[in-house]
Amino acid sequence: MHLSPDEVVFWQYGIFKLNATIVYTWGLIVLLALGSKLITRRLSQDHNRSRWQNFLEIIVTSIVTQIKDVGIANPRTSLGFLGTLFLFVAAASLCTIIPGYEPPTGSLSTTAALALCVFVAIPMFGIEEQGLRGYLKTYIEPTIIMLPFNIISEVSRTLALAVRLFGNMMSGAMIVGILLSITPFIFPVVMTLLGLLTGMVQAYIFSILAAVYIAAATQTTERKQLNERTIHG
Amino acid sequence: MDSITIVAMTSIICAALTTAIGCMFPALSEGKAVATALTSLAQQPDASATITRTLFVGLAMIESTAIYCFVVSMILIFANPFWNHFIAQAVGK
Repeated sequence: MHLSPDEVVFWQYGIFKLNATIVYTWGLIVLLALGSKLITRRLSQDHNRSRWQNFLEIIVTSIVTQIKDVGIANPRTSLGFLGTLFLFVAAASLCTIIPGYEPPTGSLSTTAALALCVFVAIPMFGIEEQGLRGYLKTYIEPTIIMLPFNIISEVSRTLALAVRLFGNMMSGAMIVGILLSITPFIFPVVMTLLGLLTGMVQAYIFSILAAVYIAAATQTTERKQLNERTIHG
Repeated sequence: MDSITIVAMTSIICAALTTAIGCMFPALSEGKAVATALTSLAQQPDASATITRTLFVGLAMIESTAIYCFVVSMILIFANPFWNHFIAQAVGK
């Protein structure tokens, strides 16, 4: 039994290792990119549209609705980032129905990379929305005493994002592995089903949390103006 | 008792205790959160979308503490650094 797909090495030359995490990550990237390319090759605007176009439209519009519900004013700007996060994590856990596949999100390296993307994206969206001064000002709100705590929370929530996704994915694979050695008849199937559900929920939560963080970084000025307007007007 | 036995015994006991205690309290608080959310859903069915989303995010936050405990106990059992250290020493002798 191994703890993460990092330990499954397909090919090695010197220090260069080609482990299961890298292979399956690239497989997923190719699958997602080729799939959306193939579907969007012939888009139609009238009522006569293909099944796959409907499928893709449902996904994209529901992601936009969810992002808007969180409180991001113009969801189209962050749709690419948040939607890709959701689709990657969801596809990574959905593909566990393929035998021999292991979710790359069950390795701490993948989830740390995803969490670092969020860590970098939050200030980028914040600066884009309210300027460098405005963004840096959110660190000393409500008072300057909160500055170290704001910085700590920035780092700790990135860590929490990475470990949460890793722990959930790893625990799914681990429980199935343990159950296979104890009761190998029905229960592993049930736990695999539960793992599919957990994977979907985790994909949702990962992207919603990223959206909440981005909303918190971009929203402050507007909310302040709104408050001032309600006070003065 | 040599040091390998002590390390193995302590790791196993600690792993079991970590998962036991680390599952108990998140379970209690998750039950509390779900019960409160159900109460407010019954009172305000119109706000179900917001309540459900907040509930899910909050549950994920609570559940992550249990997941941290699980990760720690998995590390203690399968990838214990102290155990590996003493095994390497014993092999080197």
